[in-house]
Amino acid sequence: MPPDAPSVAIEFAAIEFRDVSYGVAGTQVLSGFNLEVQRGETLVLLGRSGSGKTTALKLVNRLISPTSGEVRVNGVPNTDIDVIRLRRGIGYVIQDAGLFPHFTVERNIGLVPRIEGWPEERIRERVQEMMRIVSMPAEMATRYPHQLSGGQRQRVGVARALAADPNILLMDEPFGALDPLTRDELQREFLSLQKRLHKTVIFVTHDLREALRLGSRIALMESGQLVTVLAPAEFLRCSDPCAKAYLRAFGGDHEESMHRGAL
Amino acid sequence: MNVFRFILQNRAQVVELTLEHLWLVGLSTLFAAVIGIPLGIAIAHRPRLNKPVLASANIIQTIPSLALFGFLLPLPWLGERADRLAILALTLYALLPIIRNTYTGIRGVDPAVLEAARGMGLTDKQLLYQVELPLAVSVILSGLRVAIVISIGLATIAAAIGAGGLGEFIFRGLAMVDNSVILAGAIPAAILALSADFGVGLLEKRLRTR
Repeated sequence: MPPDAPSVAIEFAAIEFRDVSYGVAGTQVLSGFNLEVQRGETLVLLGRSGSGKTTALKLVNRLISPTSGEVRVNGVPNTDIDVIRLRRGIGYVIQDAGLFPHFTVERNIGLVPRIEGWPEERIRERVQEMMRIVSMPAEMATRYPHQLSGGQRQRVGVARALAADPNILLMDEPFGALDPLTRDELQREFLSLQKRLHKTVIFVTHDLREALRLGSRIALMESGQLVTVLAPAEFLRCSDPCAKAYLRAFGGDHEESMHRGAL
Repeated sequence: MNVFRFILQNRAQVVELTLEHLWLVGLSTLFAAVIGIPLGIAIAHRPRLNKPVLASANIIQTIPSLALFGFLLPLPWLGERADRLAILALTLYALLPIIRNTYTGIRGVDPAVLEAARGMGLTDKQLLYQVELPLAVSVILSGLRVAIVISIGLATIAAAIGAGGLGEFIFRGLAMVDNSVILAGAIPAAILALSADFGVGLLEKRLRTR
């Protein structure tokens, strides 16, 4: 689609949750969930464990199906799209990267292009390009996941998700298991990557600082419900008790670091 | 040593019975793998089937081998020839380790890997052939290894119903109360079992995924 398509076309949200509920074995994991994710934004789903953020994410690529309501992708209910097509068009990154232990870095990254039947030459070029994008040295291509550090594995996970050039990226606590320094590095790289690529990203985290840093908007979730959606600057001033609880939990460090900065 | 003299003097027969033995074990293991591996995959994917299937295979395993040969004797076509019966019985015994290890191997694949694979849009078939089977292959092979070793031992009993194999020497030796004749069957059988164990073990190690 050309970026300057005639504006008479109605602008759809890239992803839209319409009154979505999801329950399993009598427990309501997500209820009355409504949310629009705009094209090119990084929407952070912030919430504690069990608040339903991962569930919301998995509803997008149909790893699970809602008990009621619908999820629309580019204006189309995602149940109208063939599930395999849908998933191949959406990048997916999870916490432990989920790399295939029996595949080299190269084969991991080239997986979706390969099952999509790209010619070998193009897959090779694409893999090299992806490795550059996530700052992986080229000689790592023939390594196996167990020979990589946690940060490197996560880079490969991101590269693999981006390889077939999807417009949408779902990231489920991708940097959650990394040490603070590596996390900082990857967050920085994510920001510069996103500045260039403008993917539509849903980013799940329970880390307020990460949310404030990476999100263009933050959707705060609590026990299966959406509390509020705010820009990071608004979030800091938010009077909602839940947002305040978050600020308090992270507040100590936050203020401290601000003081240190001021001194 | 009497045994070695006996083996040397009867080397043609030793070779013939060893080949017969291999035929019984090879064919039955092949059948068991062809049935057991798909069955193991099926129960790994459909947890509701796993109990009944594994229980049935377990029950078969508990039937004493001589009794099983006896039970199968009246079957049409199969009962006509002892080697058919023996192959059927050996196949049944080999099923349990193969089904169980296939099941364990497939279930043992890291759920994060499966989720990532599904999320990236692999079809069920791609998931099976590119992810599940390659990651389970060493566990499946170790099941196959157990099945082969058990079969080599069990196949000696097949001689009791006239199916041939190295058991012939063992039963003959028992009747003659001659240890060297018994050993002429037992030693080659033990060598077969050890080399099969070693061979498949090597393969298993080579295919083990990092």
